[in-house]
Amino acid sequence: MKYIDEFREPELIARTSAEIRRLADPARHYRFMEVCGGHTHAIYRFGLKDLLPPNIELVHGPGCPVCVLPMGRIDDGLAIAAQGGVVFTAFGDMMRVPGTQGSPLEHKARGADIRIVYSPADALKLARANPEKHVMFFAIGFETTAPSTALTLMRANAEGVRNFSVFCNHVTIIPAIRAILDSPDMRIDAFIGPGHVSTVIGCRPYEWIARHEGKPIVVSGFEPLDVLQSVAMLLRQLRAKEAKVENQYRRVVPWEGNRAALRAMAEVFTLRSYFEWRGMGFISQSALALRDSYAEWDAERRFSVPGIRVTDPKAAQCGEVLKGVLKPAQCKLFGNECTPERPVGALMVSSEGACAAYYQYEHRKSALVSIPA
Amino acid sequence: MCLAIPGKILEASSVGLNRIATVQFGGITRQIYLDFVPDANPGDYVLAHVGFALSVIDQGEAERTYALLEEMGALAEDERGER
Ligand code: SF4
Repeated sequence: MKYIDEFREPELIARTSAEIRRLADPARHYRFMEVCGGHTHAIYRFGLKDLLPPNIELVHGPGCPVCVLPMGRIDDGLAIAAQGGVVFTAFGDMMRVPGTQGSPLEHKARGADIRIVYSPADALKLARANPEKHVMFFAIGFETTAPSTALTLMRANAEGVRNFSVFCNHVTIIPAIRAILDSPDMRIDAFIGPGHVSTVIGCRPYEWIARHEGKPIVVSGFEPLDVLQSVAMLLRQLRAKEAKVENQYRRVVPWEGNRAALRAMAEVFTLRSYFEWRGMGFISQSALALRDSYAEWDAERRFSVPGIRVTDPKAAQCGEVLKGVLKPAQCKLFGNECTPERPVGALMVSSEGACAAYYQYEHRKSALVSIPA
Repeated sequence: MCLAIPGKILEASSVGLNRIATVQFGGITRQIYLDFVPDANPGDYVLAHVGFALSVIDQGEAERTYALLEEMGALAEDERGER
């Protein structure tokens, strides 16, 4: 396929990998964080770790929307679903994420009206087609999905669709990166910047990372050659003792972002003063809520939700894995109590979750290798 | 959610308030909203998330990135040759 195959070209991959070996100082250990779960997935799926020298460590970041959602929010959403006449809609990614009383899918099996939608626009369509019901959209995601929720709400407003609401869990990426840089147990040399969030916010919001924190950051695409080229660019900056924001993914990411998308977000959302992230605690100004002018479509204001904070199972180490302190396989539950079939944490559910990606690609591989012939 | 693949716009039309396109992703086609990429036209490749296109792929930039990769690869080749 166009724009995919050329960035998977084996010969060029081998050569870029050789260039990375040439650029890396063998006396040094590098820790690069890929902020976005899409990169984590690509790294495992294409086995990119094997193409890097052992002294380059890739640390998985918090950019997995399903993973960072505290269990209490899932419970709150499901509490709304339990009220009569409500249709709960969410992306497929959400369906198997465990809440205290089971996942949305399990609630569906028990009789709740829970449906998968591909887009918030589909949830609005469902509301139009079912005027006797109330359709609630469980919104999650970073700046990649927030504009679509915003536009859908603007449309609901313009058309006067009143049997529709959004349970808003949208989060923003910059405060999460700041929280990671502020946490004392974290040592990161440079960042592989999120590709698709940046199509919306552009590259400017990362400038403080280079300027004030002195860390290089390269906004990167998702194909193997994109990620490898980004690693090479980071190494070059480190070699030259530079720290700047570079854009490897120029074919997709404009430096200024997407103005129309930002405008829609500004029209509908306001920053919450704080929001809880799973495993990372409360981070100030890190999430979006609906503005007062959209109160009518705000599920949090229309329905009463329990709003209870739920602590994660003690043995689960999702927080450490989310912050990049632990690797997935270092969690005590990994592969035994927690598997994709019976997930304990959301990192084992989402395709962007580090545990699921590691399980699907690495764990199987080593399991296969260890089977005696 | 943040994983997306490039798709080609086959046709675009206006429906009410929105511009909607038929976009081909590999073997399948989907209806995608073009509200965030008002300048996109049939033949363009777009990157879409949850039903909305967020970016039109810039062919010139794709070629430049690829040329840089080839250049970088050539450097590594030279070094290997020298050894
Ligand atoms: S293995 Fe399961 S419990 Fe452990 S960090 Fe991963 S998702 Fe959380």
